[in-house]
Amino acid sequence: MIEVRDLYKNFGHLEVLKGINNKVEKGEVVVVIGPSGSGKSTFLRCLNLLEKPTRGEVYIEGKNLMDPRTNVNQLRQDVGMVFQHFNLFPHKKVIENVTLAPIKVKGEKPREAEEKAMELLSRVGLADKAQNFPSQLSGGQKQRVAIARALAMNPKIMLFDEPTSALDPEMIKEVLDVMKDLAKDGMTMVVVTHEMGFAREVGDRVIFMDEGRIVEEGTPDEIYNNPQNPRTKDFLSKIL
Amino acid sequence: MDLDFSIIIPYFNLFLQGALVTVKITALAVFMGIVIGLFVGMGKMSRISIIRWICIAYVEVIRGTPLLVQILIFYFGIPQIIGIDIPEYPAAVMALGINSGGYVAEIIRGGILAVEKGQMEAARSLGMSHAMAMRYIILPQAFKKMIPPLGNEFVTLLKNSSLATTIGFGELTRAGQIVAGNTYKPFEPYFVVAAFYLVMTLAFSQLTGYLERRLAESD
Ligand SMILES: Nc1ncnc2c1ncn2[C@@H]1O[C@H](COP(=O)(O)OP(=O)(O)OP(=O)(O)O)[C@@H](O)[C@H]1O
Ligand SMILES: [Mg+2]
Repeated sequence: MIEVRDLYKNFGHLEVLKGINNKVEKGEVVVVIGPSGSGKSTFLRCLNLLEKPTRGEVYIEGKNLMDPRTNVNQLRQDVGMVFQHFNLFPHKKVIENVTLAPIKVKGEKPREAEEKAMELLSRVGLADKAQNFPSQLSGGQKQRVAIARALAMNPKIMLFDEPTSALDPEMIKEVLDVMKDLAKDGMTMVVVTHEMGFAREVGDRVIFMDEGRIVEEGTPDEIYNNPQNPRTKDFLSKIL
Repeated sequence: MDLDFSIIIPYFNLFLQGALVTVKITALAVFMGIVIGLFVGMGKMSRISIIRWICIAYVEVIRGTPLLVQILIFYFGIPQIIGIDIPEYPAAVMALGINSGGYVAEIIRGGILAVEKGQMEAARSLGMSHAMAMRYIILPQAFKKMIPPLGNEFVTLLKNSSLATTIGFGELTRAGQIVAGNTYKPFEPYFVVAAFYLVMTLAFSQLTGYLERRLAESD
């Protein structure tokens, strides 16, 4: 589903990713952890070309992202992304946030797009907020709308970049619950998060990144209970 | 010193018409300025360096030279080169519009840059092209931020349009000149002209303030 080979990313002279290799299978839920500045977001953003890799290869369903002939806009329709700060469109109502891309990008009929959007909003428990503006929602509600918005494009892969770290503690659960449902439905997911409960419950694999490299990976059990690398141990001792 | 404002009365229509013409050329020029400014403002952020440089040069030239000189070049200078006279009306509108374009370009660029970076990223991550994201996501939000400075630009241009009298164009200030010449009394007509400008700029500021409050409601 996703294959990354020897991925490097520099910002000017700063080397942020230093040779990432990984494979994510269909239906797999991969959790990425690591200290601040280790390159987690950059890694995730290379998977939908929000950042252009400096070198290396990224394949999404066999399509090489680095190939100039690849249609990036087409490809991004298959890869949904959820951001730390939601990035909802503030000038659009909740329902329009969800229907805009399906209508404009995929050419769906507004009627159909709205019906599907209402289904998705019900699924994240926000059907009653369809006519509100994002500014009228709480952080947890915003993030659930953002998830619905990404799902409206029928993506095959979902990327989450610290989806709960900007939320008040009492709202984290409602967002994680939606994500867990999604994972149980078989969605392929790459999630940057330090929520260990989520990783343990639905994560198939945990990747620990440090200084632009994957230092260690394994099942949630292996990583959290029995980390091998001293840097993983050190990091976990700080966040637990 | 004896002031006699009753001398104005026979000319009242002339002032009124002058004021209307002033509003009209200002509106036309601002509209032209917005169209030019949209392209130049986005052009300044283009990835293609020639486009970027042309747009930067445009803004610098417009902002770095006096409007009066620009009007004179347009009305007297250009016809010398192209061999066709440009009438006062289009010359005034074009000179003001092209001038306004330089300032509006900066307003538009500022508005676009003020939209959070995450908005473009969210739009792109949904598969929208850059142009689509601009049109549906970035520009609508940017316009909201542009309304106060665009209002200022309109007021500035309304006042600056008085410079078009130098090419004999019949707007509000010109009306004052004519009346002053006919009556041999300069104070009263120019005072009335000033009052007209003030009423128009105040009314317009009120309107922008109202628009701003209306648009702020969805935030
Ligand atoms: N657009 C950019 N330009 C320059 N440097 C950048 C850019 N984006 C990220 N960086 C740098 O790259 C490094 C890795 O950043 P990244 O955001 O990927 O880390 P992260 O692991 O997601 O950290 P955090 O946990 O704080 O989100 C940091 O040093 C950051 O300052
Ligand atoms: Mg990050």
